[in-house]
Amino acid sequence: MNNQPPAVVTLNLPKPPWRVIGAIALVVLALLIVWTSYYTVPAESEAVVLRFGKFLKIVEPGLHFKIPLGIDEYTEVQTRRQLKLEFGFFTSGYSNADQPSRQQIEEKSMVTGDLNAALVEWVVQYRISDPREYLFDVRNPGQTLRDLSEAAMREVIGDRTVDEVITIGRQDIEVSALARMQDLASRYKLGVKVDQVQLKNVNPPREVQASFNEVNKAQQDRENAINIANGDYNEAVPRARGQADQMIRGAEGYRFKRVNEAEGDIASFNAMLGQYTKAPEITRTRLYLETMGDVLPAMGPKIIIDDSMKQLLPILPLSLKTETAR
Amino acid sequence: MNKRGCLVAVVIAGAFLLLRLLLGCFYTVHQTEQVIVTQFGKPVGGPTTEPGLHLKLPLIQEVNRIDKRFLEWDGLPVAIPTRDKTYIHVDTYARWRIADPMVYFVRLRDERSAQSRLEDILGSETRNAIAKHDLIEIVRTDKDRKPLHDESLKVGLGTIGVLPPIAFGRWKVEDEIKKAAAVKLAEFGVELLDLRLRRVNYNPDVLDRIYQRMISERRQIAQRFRSEGEGEAARIAGQKERDLNEIQSTAYRKVQEIRGEADAKATEIYARAYTQNAQAAEFYAFLKSMETYRKVLTKESTLVLSTDSDLFGLLKHSAPKPPLAPPH
Repeated sequence: MNNQPPAVVTLNLPKPPWRVIGAIALVVLALLIVWTSYYTVPAESEAVVLRFGKFLKIVEPGLHFKIPLGIDEYTEVQTRRQLKLEFGFFTSGYSNADQPSRQQIEEKSMVTGDLNAALVEWVVQYRISDPREYLFDVRNPGQTLRDLSEAAMREVIGDRTVDEVITIGRQDIEVSALARMQDLASRYKLGVKVDQVQLKNVNPPREVQASFNEVNKAQQDRENAINIANGDYNEAVPRARGQADQMIRGAEGYRFKRVNEAEGDIASFNAMLGQYTKAPEITRTRLYLETMGDVLPAMGPKIIIDDSMKQLLPILPLSLKTETAR
Repeated sequence: MNKRGCLVAVVIAGAFLLLRLLLGCFYTVHQTEQVIVTQFGKPVGGPTTEPGLHLKLPLIQEVNRIDKRFLEWDGLPVAIPTRDKTYIHVDTYARWRIADPMVYFVRLRDERSAQSRLEDILGSETRNAIAKHDLIEIVRTDKDRKPLHDESLKVGLGTIGVLPPIAFGRWKVEDEIKKAAAVKLAEFGVELLDLRLRRVNYNPDVLDRIYQRMISERRQIAQRFRSEGEGEAARIAGQKERDLNEIQSTAYRKVQEIRGEADAKATEIYARAYTQNAQAAEFYAFLKSMETYRKVLTKESTLVLSTDSDLFGLLKHSAPKPPLAPPH
């Protein structure tokens, strides 16, 4: 009873499940291998592939195969994307975790080269140019870039006057800071290319803002005073010039008139002289009588006395003259 | 449980054990790591710095992973007075790496103790260096730099717009800290790659004074602008007076010259004509007399004439008289 059938029964019952379990395990294993043996790299990235933790290769975007079961690993790096860091301010909606400024006041407060205080906000644009360095040579490369950017910007600001920082030197600051940041980034083997440094708001501290505005206002006042004075000048001087020209032209006219009249007079005189020379006596008499003929009728009282009469005064009615004069 | 089942269990357990032993013979070193293998806590052989798959004894040997990358150190901001007694807040950062993993492993074991050692050493060296220098040495870097001047501001007078001169500069100060700390850190197998003053700011207590100075500097500039404006306006007003006088007097002179010239010319023309010969002079005198009569003898004049005159001479004698003499 012990020898035969029960052994068959106990063996028969568990036998089919073992097979099924084994088959399922194999299928699961196969699926797992298939699943972990390919990956896709998105368009803006490259992937760095490691085998047993050792760097193997960098692959371009697209579909790729790898040895499964954790032997090959890959890390995506967004090499084709321009990344941004903000200092002293932050805008929402960022995807790069390093982008926003976390200590805004501390980041933007700076001391300028003439020992003034200024608030400087800026942006750094960069790209990951060497994913191998970026991933393997520096821990926390984003924070490292932030740190060196702050140090570089303060070096540059620290060598400039507050007026350069706030107004005239902005471009120069951007250029110098960019060069300095790139220099430090390559020294730290960050694998990053700094493309651009842009200054955003650069202001004097709030407490002194009013006095900076005052300078601008004074500048305007100066321009205004000068403009008003120039206006007065422009109102008077060109007019005086015109009037001077007018006087001179008038005088020139007078000259023409005088000379022409003289020439005319002379022409007429010469003509008459010609006639006169021919017959001086008769011409003179004629002219004399003509003149008298013209003059006498228009005159007042006329008294003709004999030349033998010596006593003139008693009979002359002097009152007559005064009456006509009235 | 029957014999068969036991057997299966044993086989499976054995396989696991074998697999574990087999896997225990291997370890991987990541690209960012170096490994020190220890046997019962004691390092065996040198550090493994080459990434990839490596062999070790299973069970008794342990793998200690140590970072190979540049690591960060973020200094706590410290308030320190500079040599010229200005209180400032200085915030530093450093980058370091584990250059000698064996020494590092033996003396520090892990990064937490390394960070605290860095804080001690770098913190105190920073304090030392800052206290030894004036503020301006910490702020400025390039001792040769000449500031640009805003021409419209015309700064550069007095202390405004001037960069105070320096003897060392920030890089030298940073180098001092670096050199002093690097020696001390080397004893821990740590290499200091760089140390920078990330932030240097005035202590809030001195800010008021700084602001006051900035305000007075700006006032000074503003006052100069106003005074410049008034001065320039006065200059222009003076110029106006000058120009007006010049224009008017020049015009007057020209007018006088032209008129004088005209009169002279006319006089000359007349004189030349009248003096061409004796007869001309005589005729001119006669004509002029006639002309003068026409002007002088008007309605208001009373004329008393003698019959002896040329005109009325005939009233007395019909005989012609000797020729007329020109009236005088």
